[in-house]
Amino acid sequence: MHVKSTLILSTALAGLAFSAAAQEVNVVSWGGAYEKSQVEAYNKPFAAETGIKVNMIAADNPATPLKAQVEAGNVSGDVFDIEVSDAIRLCDEGALVEIDPASLPAAPDGTAASEDFVEGALLDCAVANIVWGTVISYNTTKFEGDAPTSAVDFFDTETFPGKRGLPKNPKRTLYLALIADGVAAADVYDELGSDEGVERAFAKLDTIKDDVVWWEAGAQPVQLLADGEVSMTTVYNGRIFDAMVAEGQPFEVIWDGQYMDMDMFVIPKGAPNPEAAMDYLKFATDTQRLADQAKYIAYGPARQSSADLVGLYQDGKTEMAPHMPTSPEALENAVMDDPEFWADHDAELSERFNAWLASS
Amino acid sequence: MANAALDPHAAIATTASGAPDRLTTADGRPLVRALARSQSKARRRAFLLVAPLLAFILITFVVPIGQMLQRSFHNDGFSANMPQISAWFAETPAGTVPDDAAWTALAADLTASAEARSIGVVGTRINYDLAGSRSLFTSTGRKVRRGIEPPYRDALLEMDEDWGDPQLWSAMRGASSAVTGNFYLAAVDRTRDEAGKIVQVEENRRIYVTLFWRTFWLSGLITALTFVLGFPIAHLLATLPMRKSNLLMILVLLPFWTSLLVRTTSWMVLLQQQGVINDILVWLGIIGDGQRLQMIYNQTGTIIAMTHILLPFMILPLYSVMRTINPSYVRAARSLGATSWTAFRRIYFPQTLPGLGAGAMLVFILAVGYYITPALVGGSSGQLISNMIAMHMTDTLNWSMAAALAALLLGAVLALYWLYDRLVGVDNLKLG
Repeated sequence: MHVKSTLILSTALAGLAFSAAAQEVNVVSWGGAYEKSQVEAYNKPFAAETGIKVNMIAADNPATPLKAQVEAGNVSGDVFDIEVSDAIRLCDEGALVEIDPASLPAAPDGTAASEDFVEGALLDCAVANIVWGTVISYNTTKFEGDAPTSAVDFFDTETFPGKRGLPKNPKRTLYLALIADGVAAADVYDELGSDEGVERAFAKLDTIKDDVVWWEAGAQPVQLLADGEVSMTTVYNGRIFDAMVAEGQPFEVIWDGQYMDMDMFVIPKGAPNPEAAMDYLKFATDTQRLADQAKYIAYGPARQSSADLVGLYQDGKTEMAPHMPTSPEALENAVMDDPEFWADHDAELSERFNAWLASS
Repeated sequence: MANAALDPHAAIATTASGAPDRLTTADGRPLVRALARSQSKARRRAFLLVAPLLAFILITFVVPIGQMLQRSFHNDGFSANMPQISAWFAETPAGTVPDDAAWTALAADLTASAEARSIGVVGTRINYDLAGSRSLFTSTGRKVRRGIEPPYRDALLEMDEDWGDPQLWSAMRGASSAVTGNFYLAAVDRTRDEAGKIVQVEENRRIYVTLFWRTFWLSGLITALTFVLGFPIAHLLATLPMRKSNLLMILVLLPFWTSLLVRTTSWMVLLQQQGVINDILVWLGIIGDGQRLQMIYNQTGTIIAMTHILLPFMILPLYSVMRTINPSYVRAARSLGATSWTAFRRIYFPQTLPGLGAGAMLVFILAVGYYITPALVGGSSGQLISNMIAMHMTDTLNWSMAAALAALLLGAVLALYWLYDRLVGVDNLKLG
């Protein structure tokens, strides 16, 4: 009896969901604080303005269900929030709808979207919403005299003693070694593309190899820093902002040698509500929405025109602008992720990196 | 023979048919057939009972693993999307310099693949063998979508001069057949040179063989450690009075029921340089503040954490076997003059072997596939082969390579299992 009534109920619910399909859009994102910021900044005003209901679905990496749904020919999500490399790959494999940049809303001052978005934010099938950075951070209680200020100091364990935290992958370590070795941010990928450049990066990493604690998950470096296990580490800027502002930890961020990534909105081919999906995508990536998101999380808007509109954090007192990975100071010596380069060289450099790790 | 007539069965046989090989039942059917029928009915019923489990195992275990393993030698990313050039490779011997027909076929395939948006798949496949070639395919794909005119050789070389690279053509030839052994070669740090000969990869990229050895060596060491630590505990559990042994059992089981991640992070808290153990040692004055021990984020950390996590898998089978050992055997040995060591060595220990075998096998096989613990506490020297498999599954998305590594690992474990069966005997195994 119980099972039967549950069945009837769920069938009825499914029917309801189906009949309401015209007025809703399913957005697949990453969950957690990031999802919350999207709900507050995008979904609520979108629903209020258009009457279209937004269903938020959390995934570990939304690219995985996207690929699975397209391959199975049964797409249930309308908009997916995925990484740049996945957006390029899935677009090349024909899984995504192409998006014309001219159809995106212009900035309030009339600048076309194609001019307004930061470089690399508009792809054939994808539009970026946020920019996030991997930055160096240190525990202020660990250094009594001068504080470190640059990527060079990160590799200087004599002046700034203590262990260093680095992620256990080539993508977010080799660039830092090159920057610290004097390569300009703009030349990092040219250098990494050559054998000598790779040698140079590993030679620089060799100088601190014995002092490195390798981290794997994003929460680890914050913990290592808080425990005093490392004195300096690289860390995702949203996480370290949380620890500094929400938890009041004695950490400082060094923006020199920042590594920037973006998150992209894409629409899969065969999405159940393609029109509502496109409306949502345009709405969510307009100037005001991207600026609003910064109120809830320390990720930078992908539009230049949003920067001036960024206000206070939700605590009502922390000015967000200096914490944005897109602030002028942060951009000074920043390396932008190059997904094409990593699509080509990730496997090769990963093998090389792991062989280097394993050799003593 | 005189008693034959008194045998009731013989009586039936002779009276029913006159021939001793045609026994029948009361209703006249041949007994053999009736028996077979009733047995087959029972067999069918038994099969129906296990059918759900069989289907479950087939669908959730055998099929997916089979499909995954198939990827290790079968990858049609290139051959399925580039049919014309694949046909050209099939017709010509290795090392043929590409002629006009080849360039025409290549241009036609590239155009079709770019239109069908499968060029990314093609580039990814070639990139496995020749790093840096994925973007060559995708960028050329974007260009040919705008149009390509003959002569195709010049047109393609103008788009990107890398199209003339003999290594690229050798890689394409390798990928032109869906069935390939290249992933297995790569999994043992080997590759093919331009002439197709098998050679070792450059020294600074050799990683997998080292990690295979390290995985087996560490797993063996961890198995030995769990034995040394677990044997006395299992003995205590089996011999203590019920109330005390129940308490001890809970102490064994409690960590067993705790999440793996919780236990791993607890070890981080204990072992790190600013952690509990180092703090205590410094406080006691055994080491100075500057000489804190590095016990985690290296091989030591992996060994300690994995030994602790796998300990119950050794204790529980040992315990269940020890419980059944009759104490009077050892007493008998002692009364016959054996020293306690001899009684243990010759009487008690041999009887625990089935439990030891089961425990050792469980611990070893689990350790060989361990992934999350070495990833978190292994640092640079505590990585195992499973971490490479995970990397290829989630980061580089080279599932063929992950499958080849996993297949080798599976093969090695099966080989060890076979060896174990030959030396100890699998029927000599007791899990509980």
